[in-house]
Amino acid sequence: MHGTAHDAVAVTVRVEGARILATLIRTVGDVQIAEDAVQEAILAALGAWPVTGVPPQPRAWLTLTARRKAIDIIRRERARLGKERDGLRMIELAKSDLPPDDVVHDDLLRLIFICCHPALAPPTRVALALRTLCGLSPAQIAGVLLTTEAATTKRLTRARQKIAAAHIPYRVPAEAELADRLPAVCGVIHSLFTAGHAPVDGRAAYDVDACAEAVRLADLLHDLLPDQPMPAAVLALLLLTEARRPARLDEHGDVVTLDQQDRGRWDAAAIARGIALLNDSLRRSYGQADAYQLQAAIAAEHGRAASYANTDWTEILRLYDLLVSIAPSDAAGLGRVVAATEAADPATGLAMLAELPPSPRWHAVRAELLARVGRYADAALALAESLDGPATQPERQHRERRREAFLELSLPSAPYERES
Amino acid sequence: MPQYLALTYTADVDWFSPEQASELAEYRQFAVDNAECLRASAVLHPTSTATVVRVEGARGGNVVTTDGPYAETKEALTGYYLLEAADLDEAVAISAQLPAAWAGAVEVRPVIASR
Repeated sequence: MHGTAHDAVAVTVRVEGARILATLIRTVGDVQIAEDAVQEAILAALGAWPVTGVPPQPRAWLTLTARRKAIDIIRRERARLGKERDGLRMIELAKSDLPPDDVVHDDLLRLIFICCHPALAPPTRVALALRTLCGLSPAQIAGVLLTTEAATTKRLTRARQKIAAAHIPYRVPAEAELADRLPAVCGVIHSLFTAGHAPVDGRAAYDVDACAEAVRLADLLHDLLPDQPMPAAVLALLLLTEARRPARLDEHGDVVTLDQQDRGRWDAAAIARGIALLNDSLRRSYGQADAYQLQAAIAAEHGRAASYANTDWTEILRLYDLLVSIAPSDAAGLGRVVAATEAADPATGLAMLAELPPSPRWHAVRAELLARVGRYADAALALAESLDGPATQPERQHRERRREAFLELSLPSAPYERES
Repeated sequence: MPQYLALTYTADVDWFSPEQASELAEYRQFAVDNAECLRASAVLHPTSTATVVRVEGARGGNVVTTDGPYAETKEALTGYYLLEAADLDEAVAISAQLPAAWAGAVEVRPVIASR
């Protein structure tokens, strides 16, 4: 089978799969049966399409195949359990027309909200979203979440059991409930993006682009709930961050820090869209900024700046002050330190840093600040400390190089004297 | 309609002591407000009155009893409510009205439907 043709088919069935699953869950009333049926339909497509070619209406093909598979599964279950017939479900499944778009729209929302139900543990929500909304396999999910396939399968099985046994409802929350329910959904999308954007350890060894999946989910959620400010802010944040990705590594795969990045490699269209979404989101929330809006606003400031030197660090510092006050985190604290250093001076940054808990990132930031005030030996020591902890391979190499550079600068003799 | 058992975990109190009177009244009010969906309920004597029963080996073995609760924890099982609700969201909404929800915790467990 040709690789790229297979990939194209795989992407089509994955995207269509979520749509079809969303409606099928409601029709059969059981997540597991619906998922198995869609899975069997997808396998059938992956087997047939590379040979026969993709049918003119892949959605219709997959929908009807999944329904037939669901009927088969229900019949098998019925024979196994000796259950009485439930005709209504079968009549619904035997239909050959496609559900209208507004029905699919609500079904997709139901699927999103059941995956991100607050009664499920946060990592379970992420795993379920990757399984049902992104169509990833347990092995792929394990790669994204840095766990094992067996643990992921167990987590998914327990989640489906809980959904069924506790009757977690398959419904779209009422308008009044959305404010309570949306943070969990946005949290799933954001943590998925973070898992792809800033993995804690190791190489990006998995074949799944978690960032792209997160952007796709954010896009879908915003598309389904265009009037809600939070999904718009999450999408803005993801687009604005993702826009800079092409410049984060050079052609050798080495880390390029923000001050050195070739801004011509940033995705200008994504930045423009992110800024427009952020402005729209802020208007809809009447100026009461949440953590996503603040982070997006910070990313927008970077995206707007023509160069590192031209960045409005005073505004970025103000945004970080707000962010730290409403949603304190280590990452926000360190971002604030950098902003304060650029807006004021390294001494201010170092003083702020002393208030934060040490971590590998903390040591790396401290090293850069110490180097700025000429304390190169201390900077090299701080980097050695930061290398004690976990970091991605490119990040480790970057810190090694910085450490060597600072060691060099810390030597008492000038370079030309050492040549003789 | 699905059934759920809402177990209240709170400080290990004696419901008959005068200090508990106002809180006990709140539980009574909860039962009145939600009479339609409550199938059974009880508040329990404190864990100091509990007896743990074990049979050694297998059925028919020696019955061994120990004084006190099965597990010593800060929050003890102090009562239960068997309730009927359309789904988990509804069961959570009802359970959130129990004083234990803010004075401790309420564990909501789905009951296996008898066939």
